[in-house]
Amino acid sequence: MYKIAVIGDYDSIYGFATLGLSICPVRNREETRRKLKELADGDYGIIYITEAAAAQVQREIEEYRETPLPAIILIPGVSGNTGAGVEGVRKTVEQAVGSDILFGGVS
Amino acid sequence: MAGKHVNPTRMELTRLKKKRVTAIRGHKLLKDKRDELMRQYLDLVRENMELRKRVEAGIRSANRNFVIAKAGMSAAALNTALMAPKQEVSLEAVEKNVMSVDIPVFKYKTRTADENDIYSYGFAFTSSDLDGAVKSLADILPDMIRLAECEKACQLMAAEIEKTRRRVNALEHVIIPETEENIRYITMKLDENERSTQIRLMKVKDMMLEEAHHYDCLVH
Repeated sequence: MYKIAVIGDYDSIYGFATLGLSICPVRNREETRRKLKELADGDYGIIYITEAAAAQVQREIEEYRETPLPAIILIPGVSGNTGAGVEGVRKTVEQAVGSDILFGGVS
Repeated sequence: MAGKHVNPTRMELTRLKKKRVTAIRGHKLLKDKRDELMRQYLDLVRENMELRKRVEAGIRSANRNFVIAKAGMSAAALNTALMAPKQEVSLEAVEKNVMSVDIPVFKYKTRTADENDIYSYGFAFTSSDLDGAVKSLADILPDMIRLAECEKACQLMAAEIEKTRRRVNALEHVIIPETEENIRYITMKLDENERSTQIRLMKVKDMMLEEAHHYDCLVH
């Protein structure tokens, strides 16, 4: 049995608590990194992380990219959408195909 | 072009010929694997992009609802209302094997079946905006789970495709041409040895004949 966690600034994620997801409010890079490690090594199957928080711990997220679990998924925060999530998808296309042939024209 | 020295022996030749057969078969198999992976990946990544757009739009509007809800209530009242969640989600992850890539498939279960259990507060002291906000977030949860599954699968498959593609290219452009070059080298070397042995034997025969019968080899 796995659990689902949401990492980000409190304002962006407090709503998810009502759904029964574990929320982990973080304020700075160090805290985010520690929390992410802790959750990823624990029994969490999916970790949603706000784009703003993810931008601080890109290297750590990269580490979990090729392991089957956990899935680390970027979501927009309350301050708006930075497009990092879509960028991530585009990056996988580039990795697989060699160049972005699918979403090149879409911004 | 032969990069390193190869022994021009028959044994080596047999070994290289076997290697070439294996390499060609491996190349064909890997190429098929790459094509099939790519086909499935493209379907998946399209779905991934669609889901992502839907989830992002959903979260954006949910966030907007939460901001409105927050504006209508005091922060303390809001925090109290959301302090003790009633609902709990647990996740079951099964691994599915797609072309030798293990991708997770998520099934989620809520602790209670009642979908109204997302409201962890009494309705008396909270604004109705909060109910709407919570509901809008709950509505996109299934899509979010599916997105997680899809996006993880895409990442894993992309890595596998990259690996397979490198292998295919290495076989096609390095291993197979190199082996063929080496085979040609050995064949030519062996032929050359054969010819020189032949000539040596002819020469020896001439010398022996000359010695025995005083033939002049120029007669031939």
